[in-house]
Amino acid sequence: MSFDVAAVRGQFPILSEIIDGLPVHYLDNGASAQTPLTVLDAVRKYETTGRANVLRGVHRLAERATESFENARAEVAVFLGVPTMEIVFTGGCTAAINLVAYSYGSLLKPGDRILLSELEHHSNIVPWQLLRSRSGIELDMLPVTTDGRIDLSALPSLLTPNTKLVSLAHVSNVTGALLDVRAVVEAARAVGAKVMLDGAQRAPHGPLDLPSLGVDFYAFSGHKAYGPNGIGVLWGRPELLDAMPPFMGGGSMIGRVTLAETTWAPSPRRFEAGTPAIGQAIGLGAACAWMQALDWTAAHDHEMGLVQRLMDGLQKIDGTQIFGPAGLQNRYPVVSFMLDGVHPHDVAQMLDSFGVAVRAGHHCAQPLMDRFDLDGTTRVSMAPYNDNSDIDALLAGVAHAAKTLR
Amino acid sequence: MSDQLYQERIVALAKAKTGAGKLADPTRTARRDNPLCGDRVVIDVRLDGEGRIAEIGHQVRGCLLCQASASALSSVAIGRDAAGIAELRHDAERALGRESGDTHEPFSAFAPVAAHKSRQECVLLPLEALKDALS
Repeated sequence: MSFDVAAVRGQFPILSEIIDGLPVHYLDNGASAQTPLTVLDAVRKYETTGRANVLRGVHRLAERATESFENARAEVAVFLGVPTMEIVFTGGCTAAINLVAYSYGSLLKPGDRILLSELEHHSNIVPWQLLRSRSGIELDMLPVTTDGRIDLSALPSLLTPNTKLVSLAHVSNVTGALLDVRAVVEAARAVGAKVMLDGAQRAPHGPLDLPSLGVDFYAFSGHKAYGPNGIGVLWGRPELLDAMPPFMGGGSMIGRVTLAETTWAPSPRRFEAGTPAIGQAIGLGAACAWMQALDWTAAHDHEMGLVQRLMDGLQKIDGTQIFGPAGLQNRYPVVSFMLDGVHPHDVAQMLDSFGVAVRAGHHCAQPLMDRFDLDGTTRVSMAPYNDNSDIDALLAGVAHAAKTLR
Repeated sequence: MSDQLYQERIVALAKAKTGAGKLADPTRTARRDNPLCGDRVVIDVRLDGEGRIAEIGHQVRGCLLCQASASALSSVAIGRDAAGIAELRHDAERALGRESGDTHEPFSAFAPVAAHKSRQECVLLPLEALKDALS
């Protein structure tokens, strides 16, 4: 059965907007995806019929808010294939990684090592550098192949008995390359290291089965996965989370507070100090339910069809070069390219005049740009609601930039 | 609209590449990066005995606006001291609509960037680098 992209598009009001006389060709999903009505409705329902703080009040609005909030946790858990109470709501994917870096990191000792890669988003580099300066741990970096994949052939030489954690992007936010998680987990286990995945670019492309991946921590952000801003998720193995000290102190995360000392609530509450982003969590729950209901076999085929159309079209424009995997295997619909003689920001600006939204620059992956001596790339990141017209408008814009800006 | 952003004058300034390249024996060199977009400008200057620019060279790894701005700056920098370059900065700010008043050649070419706040730093980066080189 073919994928009914029009039906999907119909659920995203912004896609039928006309802005300055131009349609919306939104291909910047890797930065922030658009939001379906079902998410907006869920947030609106909370704000208009059930707004109150959660977990504390006994009045019926508080009960309603708490139920919606915890239902959202359950929907996220179903999406990841894990038990509900293993889901920690955070301020975003960055916050989730920082939580692990701070809390799990506090259990590490000088001389312990963490293995990252050269293609990581700054969010999966800087928190570990901060940890290094606090605690004296060491960082190692997996190199990247010329087609934009993490080079796992370097795993045996970089994993040591001192490596306590391997933290990598599940899907690269620059090249779209999918990590071979099985190979990483197997190698990490052999030296007793834990594995964390930054799932920011993978989660928007369908439900996950974390137990079968065999990882120990998983992080993703709400706004890239059709949900609201200001919300993200950390999943961690319960025995790890329960051994970790709190990241922030405040309400909700305590067992018992006296002026002398405080005991901690079990996870996930231990890591959710203060009033959570309730409406955002409810919106993210709705986004996960929306993704859960989509036929991802068909959606993925559709997305890969767009990738192929894009790659074919770019090849016909003189001076374009794709930075990332050449084929469709083991990749997701994030495609970076360069246009010879035209800076990526100028390509992106020209595309804007065609109503096409993309991201250009270093994509918060400066070490990767340095490694390949790139000024940056123009990045096309797709979602199931994109269609051929989006790709064709983009190709027309790139051709125009090639003609007029060099 | 963006297409109007890349008007002929801006594209011509970028393509002219006035002052592009490294100076063999600079008196001062300064580098400025824009961490948001990754643009990078290195400016070399050779100064005369009174602190005025006798020669200027720039290396830009950045967008067309940044290249055009470095080119524009180089075309009018010779003979100016720090105060004279500060005047040019005001001219650029006026072109971008960040200060009031008339703007002059060559920075008047950047008037279309006034409508694109996110791109204004691209125009100002070479001026920042030159200011550093003269300070």
